[in-house]
Amino acid sequence: MLTVSMKVNEQAVSGEVEDRTLLVEFLRENLRLTGTHVGCDTSQCGACVVHVDGASVKSCTMLAVQADGCDVTTIEGLTNGAELHPMQQAFKDNHGLQCGFCTPGMVMSAIDIVNRNGSGVDEATVRKELEGNICRCTGYHNIVKAVQAGAKNMGG
Amino acid sequence: MYNFSYQKVTSVDDAVEAMQKADDGKFVAGGQTMLPTMKHRLASPSDVIDLGGIEDLKGICMDGDAISIGAMTTHAEVAASSDVQSAIPALAKLAGNIGDPAVRNRGTIGGSIANNDPAADYPAAVIALGATVKTNKREIAGDEFFTGMFETALEEDELITSISFPKTEAAAYMKFENPASRYAIVGVFVAKSGDEVKVVVTGATACEHRGMRL
Amino acid sequence: MAENGIGANVRRKEDHRFLTGKGNYTDDLNVAGQTHAYFVRSPHAHATINSVDTSAAAAAEGVVAVLTGDDLAADGIGPLICGVNVTSDDGEPHRAPVHSALAQGKVNYVGDHVAVVIAETLAQAKDAAEKVEVDYGILPAVTATASAADEGQQQIHDVAPNNICYNWPFGDKEAVDAAFESAHKISSLDLINNRMVTNAMEPRAAVGEYNSGTEEITLHLTTQNPHVHRLVMSAFNQLAPEHKLRVVGPDVGGGFGVKIFVYAEELVVGWACRKVNRPVKWTSDRTEAFLADAHGRDHVAHAEMALDENGKFLAMRVNTTANLGAYLSTFATMVPSYLYAFLLAGQYSTPLIYSEVKAVFTNTAPVDACRGAGRPEATFLLERLVDVCAEDMGLDPAEIRRRNFIPVDAFPYQTPVVQCYDSGDYNAALDKALALADYDGFAGRAEEAKSRGKRRGIGLSSYVEACGIAPSQAVGQLGAGVGLWESAQVRFNPTGNVQVFTGTHSHGQGHETTFAQLVTEQLGVPIENIEVIHGDTAKTQFGMGTYGSRSLAVGGVAIAKACEKLIEKGKKIAAHALEAAEGDIEFADGNFIVAGTDKAMNIAEVAFNAYVPHSYPEGLEPGFDENAFFDPMNFSFPAGTHICEVEVDPDTGEVEIVKYSAVDDFGKLINPMIVEGQVHGGIVHGVGQALLEGCQYDTDGQLVTASYMDYAMPRADNVPSFDVDYAPTNPPHNPLGVKGCGEAGAIGAPPAVINAITNALGIKHIDMPATPENVWRAAQSAG
Repeated sequence: MLTVSMKVNEQAVSGEVEDRTLLVEFLRENLRLTGTHVGCDTSQCGACVVHVDGASVKSCTMLAVQADGCDVTTIEGLTNGAELHPMQQAFKDNHGLQCGFCTPGMVMSAIDIVNRNGSGVDEATVRKELEGNICRCTGYHNIVKAVQAGAKNMGG
Repeated sequence: MYNFSYQKVTSVDDAVEAMQKADDGKFVAGGQTMLPTMKHRLASPSDVIDLGGIEDLKGICMDGDAISIGAMTTHAEVAASSDVQSAIPALAKLAGNIGDPAVRNRGTIGGSIANNDPAADYPAAVIALGATVKTNKREIAGDEFFTGMFETALEEDELITSISFPKTEAAAYMKFENPASRYAIVGVFVAKSGDEVKVVVTGATACEHRGMRL
Repeated sequence: MAENGIGANVRRKEDHRFLTGKGNYTDDLNVAGQTHAYFVRSPHAHATINSVDTSAAAAAEGVVAVLTGDDLAADGIGPLICGVNVTSDDGEPHRAPVHSALAQGKVNYVGDHVAVVIAETLAQAKDAAEKVEVDYGILPAVTATASAADEGQQQIHDVAPNNICYNWPFGDKEAVDAAFESAHKISSLDLINNRMVTNAMEPRAAVGEYNSGTEEITLHLTTQNPHVHRLVMSAFNQLAPEHKLRVVGPDVGGGFGVKIFVYAEELVVGWACRKVNRPVKWTSDRTEAFLADAHGRDHVAHAEMALDENGKFLAMRVNTTANLGAYLSTFATMVPSYLYAFLLAGQYSTPLIYSEVKAVFTNTAPVDACRGAGRPEATFLLERLVDVCAEDMGLDPAEIRRRNFIPVDAFPYQTPVVQCYDSGDYNAALDKALALADYDGFAGRAEEAKSRGKRRGIGLSSYVEACGIAPSQAVGQLGAGVGLWESAQVRFNPTGNVQVFTGTHSHGQGHETTFAQLVTEQLGVPIENIEVIHGDTAKTQFGMGTYGSRSLAVGGVAIAKACEKLIEKGKKIAAHALEAAEGDIEFADGNFIVAGTDKAMNIAEVAFNAYVPHSYPEGLEPGFDENAFFDPMNFSFPAGTHICEVEVDPDTGEVEIVKYSAVDDFGKLINPMIVEGQVHGGIVHGVGQALLEGCQYDTDGQLVTASYMDYAMPRADNVPSFDVDYAPTNPPHNPLGVKGCGEAGAIGAPPAVINAITNALGIKHIDMPATPENVWRAAQSAG
């Protein structure tokens, strides 16, 4: 067993993991942050996307120990009260979610898209950059609308 | 995933030493292919030696008429690099279309080249641009680096340190993606320098892709 | 209209928890003392099991138990069942092979369950599973649908000679044949309906707990219908009596049919938690989902239409072979029979239809309902055939449809295939869709595309479906083993807020919002004071769950009926309190009013009086809490026209959907925002089937497409945004005037997409999925 320490949602955490423990397993099982989901085993569905040192990564394709010393943000860390992050609010306003399972990864990817492409990101870019996030419910129409609306809400 | 012993190293020498000591060690770069393979229990290394802590392997710099990209530089970094964008825009574009944004934030050029997936994008660029693969032991011409499906000229304890791409007059890369995996079913890198135009094909064949001079 | 009532685009009540990571899915649940299950699955498609040696696995680190089919049988756990009978042409019931949850002596598909390892950690369970030694005697595999019943094929089940589950003819063959004899023209088509893996994004999971003190099993499951799970596991699998079995379907990450069924893993987890007297958790990984979730569709069909000289349909003849996989899943038999053949009339007045369905067993995963279930198969076949007819007759596809539509004044309309459509205006939807799609401007756009080397095509699909799955009497006559009504309980608490208990289950559809809108509309209680509760057999009254676009059309009406009962009771309470005659009390906007006066009492006050009945009508029961059940007289029949416009690159075979217009008749819309979301999702499911998704087994029965690396799911960049509109009609038998919308897109889209491609290329047909390779080949041969 190894001890890993990192900052998760601005709190210092540490825990015992096996060498093979994935970051997503550490988040879900050790920290019980179950908002980050696992929807596949080939790094394609994106339900597990979190931010590590500010960049989106698939937490099912990174070892927990590789995040040692890093700054991790999960869906639970976007808001600390009743007020939603502008991207979360945009998903709600635009009905960008149905069953909610892909949603945390979608929102984390969406914020990353805006961080890199700015508040005026166009539809084609949003669609292209969501290729690593699969949704079976929404047909993407409202997700794309939500990401663009969220981008505007986020400003910058 | 089978269990293994994880080792984080901070220098190339330490990485090589760890590999030499391991029963059946594996270097892990970005891990975007290796970890899924291990999750499916299709690989079972005794030791996983993580190159992520070796600062010397990261970064992009101009080196005369060439651009040198550290092996542990991520696809996202290559795509966003203004040096790459101005020296060889096709290479930046290629990097920006590997996998998806989250994969590009972890996956590295060295990992991709060392893995030599027959459907990977980078190998086409390495050959077409006449790049040189630099390792801890030697320099290998791009033409000679890829030896077979998932096979390269690398020895067991040899690791890529950087890849040097000479500037080119004009180049472009296009791929036709598998609708499911989004890997290249076929990708074509075309590069022109002087009177020579090189056309290199990735995908489509097991590996011996590659290479046709016009 | 009440604020947030019927017709309002209320933002969903469930979203906050999903958006903040506070959803509560089955795999999110960890129970103290929990163990982990991992299944040993057959690597072979067809084999005898000569022996299973579990000793090494049982001795491995962390292992609690290794259980096999023998253990299951010894404990008297019954086999998995199929709940709907289809009578074969020999007068006998369909052939139903025994389907043990853990194999006994034989495996019949790759992924079939051989043993389960229960260990302290999942990793230990997986490690130990590799130590279970199984001696297989490999048999030849049967995988191809079309040839499964051929002479000399390998036999899979002794009870099913020639691998036939049933032969099911329906219709007046002689009359149909006679109509074909005298037809002006006969159009025909051979097609396949590709096999799909349903792929809800949340993989299936189960957590079982046994309380030895109360002898109660609690099973948290990824289920669309907790009570159906409990009923089947109790009555047929003898897991535990119903009152000692609690099934909870917490937040469920998408269903689309795949979580209706009672699966081996679920039954085994329920049984094993009692056997080892520890909580047991199992979560499927995606590979297991591909191998062992029930798959969908998989038909091979030949269809013919007899036409007169004006292009009127005189008769239709359809011959279908349907692959049911290795065993019968819970509702497998009804999908290619009642849910398919009874929809073959579509929107048309075709007077004579004859259908033969041969359902076959193969060495592949069981096949059952997937979004649309039978209706997409019928619609794809019919709407493709109609386009072939149009071509053969030299008519525009819109025109031939118009000539054959059931006219608006013909409703209720009795089709020749059982269904009696209650309402519809097919021309209205077609006209609106043609306008939305700028059908008239297509020729110009096609010309312009040609100048860029592209080929543009436009495709229509005018579908009808039967949903609001209920009429118990109707489904009972057809062979269903259960009733299909729905239930509701609407409970006021003494402080005036409301809990609504529904027997349906929401796994993305937004019931917590839509149903609250119904209640706020009817009772005038602010929507924030209404909570919808579902998915727990210990909380809600018996209900049938969610599938077949039934939740609102059946479950919603039950809620409305319970509200009516509350209003009736409330009038008595208010009359007493307001010292008026009951007949003088009117109810509006949440207030009981003495007619013609300003004397009034809010429903919350009435509720308080009902629970604190210090001054109360004599003989009236206290409490403000009503139950209702609803069993409709008929299915509901949503319909519409979808129009897809594509651009094909003949050099690469790539198909881009450049415009997609949908006009649907769902009756009245409660929350248009949610309805539109259902339409979008359905369309992309259908586009996925048409362009991307194709489940493939090789001849050895190995699943070639067992991950997202090989099975192409639609992504955001595969589809455009959509133009959606409505052409509603009022279904007279539904008190809310609603029809159901969850499956429509998946039903309407596949033929719209394929008709657009055949139109672009000028070809008769292309099978799904129309991958770049298939399209490129077709484009080359079409020249």
